[in-house]
Amino acid sequence: MPRPALARPLAASGAVLSALALTACVPNASADDEAIAVESTADDCKVASTEVPSGTVVFDVTNSGDDVTEFYLLASDGLRIISEVENVGPGITRQLVVQVPAGDYITQCKPGMTGDGIQAAFTVTDSGEDIFSGDNAERLAAAGDQYLLYVRDQIQTLEDKTEAFLAAYTAGDDDEARALYADARVHWERIEPVAESFGDLDPMMDAREADLAEGESWTGWHRIEKNLWPPAEGYDLTDAEKQELADKLAADTAELAARVNAEDFAIDAFQVGNGAKELLDEVAAGKITGEEEIWSHTDLWDFQANVDGASVAYGVLHDIVAETDADLVEELDSRFAELDDLLAQYGSIEDGFALYTELTEEQIVELARAVDALGEPLSRLTAAAVA
Amino acid sequence: MTQDRTDVPSAQDAPAPSPEEGGGAPASQASSTDDAQARSGLSRRAALGAAGAVAGAAALTAGGFAAGRATASSLQTHAYDFYGAHQSGIVTPQQDRLHFAAFDITTDSRARVISLLRRWSEAAARLMTGSELGSGAAGGAYAAPPDDTGEALGLPASGLTITFGFGPGLFDERFGLASKRPDQLIDLPKFSGDTLDEQFVGGDLCIQACADDPQVAVHAIRNLSRLAFGDAAIRWAQLGFGRTSSTTRAQDTPRNFMGFKDGTANLRAEDTDLVDRWVWADAADGQSWMAGGSYLVARRIRILAEIWDRTSLQEQEATVGRTKGSGAPLSGGSEFTEPDFTVTGRDDVPLIRPDSHVALAHPSANGGAMMLRRGYNFTDGADALGRLDAGLFFLAYVRDPREQFVPIQNALSSHDVMTVEYLRTTGSALFAVPPGLPAGSVLGSEGAYVGQELFA
Repeated sequence: MPRPALARPLAASGAVLSALALTACVPNASADDEAIAVESTADDCKVASTEVPSGTVVFDVTNSGDDVTEFYLLASDGLRIISEVENVGPGITRQLVVQVPAGDYITQCKPGMTGDGIQAAFTVTDSGEDIFSGDNAERLAAAGDQYLLYVRDQIQTLEDKTEAFLAAYTAGDDDEARALYADARVHWERIEPVAESFGDLDPMMDAREADLAEGESWTGWHRIEKNLWPPAEGYDLTDAEKQELADKLAADTAELAARVNAEDFAIDAFQVGNGAKELLDEVAAGKITGEEEIWSHTDLWDFQANVDGASVAYGVLHDIVAETDADLVEELDSRFAELDDLLAQYGSIEDGFALYTELTEEQIVELARAVDALGEPLSRLTAAAVA
Repeated sequence: MTQDRTDVPSAQDAPAPSPEEGGGAPASQASSTDDAQARSGLSRRAALGAAGAVAGAAALTAGGFAAGRATASSLQTHAYDFYGAHQSGIVTPQQDRLHFAAFDITTDSRARVISLLRRWSEAAARLMTGSELGSGAAGGAYAAPPDDTGEALGLPASGLTITFGFGPGLFDERFGLASKRPDQLIDLPKFSGDTLDEQFVGGDLCIQACADDPQVAVHAIRNLSRLAFGDAAIRWAQLGFGRTSSTTRAQDTPRNFMGFKDGTANLRAEDTDLVDRWVWADAADGQSWMAGGSYLVARRIRILAEIWDRTSLQEQEATVGRTKGSGAPLSGGSEFTEPDFTVTGRDDVPLIRPDSHVALAHPSANGGAMMLRRGYNFTDGADALGRLDAGLFFLAYVRDPREQFVPIQNALSSHDVMTVEYLRTTGSALFAVPPGLPAGSVLGSEGAYVGQELFA
């Protein structure tokens, strides 16, 4: 399933990262926070207040001009970006929430997104509130790089294990192929949002039968799964058909590896945080219902792999978020541990898991609740890291 | 008020709708609270007869009840006309509540089907005026069960419309109608990602009951299904608790279960040329008995609420292509500003993502095709895992599903991030909705009935 959130142009997300990273506290805006109205027109940038106490500052940026506009809060040098909103269409109001320590700043509207824009002085007085004011840009960039190494490592293992799996499959050694199937897929599932960001490859490699429209051809992991775990008699494929499926999956896996290993392929912290959330979405939408591996019932391998991947993504952001939102880190640490403990009751990737059909309804409900308990705070990770 | 007032709106004294307006025109409208109380108090008492004291008390109680609710919806006292070139419940201003039922025909007798449609037509015309069925809920032979089940006793007409449709099964070998099956009444294809639950699929007949009071809508389906026993039985049914579209310009745009305004760009009754082009079947379309009718697509679409709710506002808005607050397209303007897919932001990225719902569903992406949507939010409690079983009960009226619904849905199923990531279609059906009955038609056991041209 394509998830374009990850696939959006890296140039744009890179800009977001560098711009947003500098003051990276998680701003928990509430209705109580009084928003400062900003009105951007072709030749004006009206800011309703020019002096506020330090802490969470909320700007309601309204574009009253005819061109797409942007609004920036800049450091006093007029260069360093504290925070910004971009892509505000004419007539649209968008909120900017930022934690700002005391000091002198500059507000800037940039109608048409070019030139120096319209700047004005903005003062933040000391409210006595403790404000995190560290510069996380480098650490966030490092987090993205670190996660990319993990992705490339998993893809390498996926290629190796897929090759072994397909060799057994095409050799007619179905028992061996069945034994290798779930373990190979673990490395896909761990980095699933990255794999899915390639909207052309994902449907060819990971489509489930239910994903197909009438008349669409079906290739990839689940096509082979149904062949190896046929629901009834009459699902046999010829050797030529098996070979064709195997060759296609091998080629698509190689293509995926080539793209992820391309020099210009990058992952930023924003995508890492969203990826963690999306991995839990995958569990909640597909694995918890037993729909993902509907023939092999090896859903718990995928489940654990998705959680592993989310855990790694969280891990590379952990230290940053520990400074911006210690409560969130505490909650995520304990929720990850609870879910891992629960999964460990049913096995492990190394030793194998119970089949999903062996779980009772009560056990599945227990897992679902643990997934929701983790998924909800995990959805706040991105904002906490890069907002 | 007196118990023998007879100002209950009836089919006979309702103004005849113009051909353009069809059956959607309000037949009457209360102009004051007093009026509303009078109407609501009297609405379902036609059969109460001599039970004067009881009726009077019921009327007062009901009047107060209705007046209290009237602040929530002044439409409650409307009664729409059953008669018209088109059935009511299509371009009629969309009511807030729905009870929809799909039926299996359980008889092999063509005469019994015709008899059922006669009973249904007569009952529908009566229910839409706010009247009780037969000898009423609290009258009739004491040793017999009441003709009307009674839960709408004392409630006003509440804008009730009852719309009948014919599914593919009516045209099988049983009733000799195979040659009259319209080409437009296709068996819907499987769309990418459909996870249909057989308990919400298909049906030989359907009834869409819409009202501004849920009790009135449910009362209609309950009593009509009671009239059908032996000839037809409910196959599946769906309650809708809030409308997700507007069918007239006067209505505010409601919000769907994703929290976004829905149906901003819907076809409206006022767009008569477009409605003629995209909603009403014509004799030239192939089957003359369908002239003035339409085709109803019903889809039960579950929203993965828990996952959607964990999605950032930025991603939610990008997925829809509109702002969550005002409903303006991300290209700028206010709710009813046309989306401009050419406006780009930083790095020349379109402000409305090409894989957003707005971009993919827009007529410009679908050869100009439009649909008259008439959907409802639903919730059927929770599933076994404790998740809300809730979403959108999508209803849309189209002139030709093959040119409108199917290609649009194919595009959405394959490319729309919203559909792919956050929606699961669990039910699906298509019905041919025959034209309405002309004003002055005489109903009854030998009389006119909805769909009579099909059996002619």
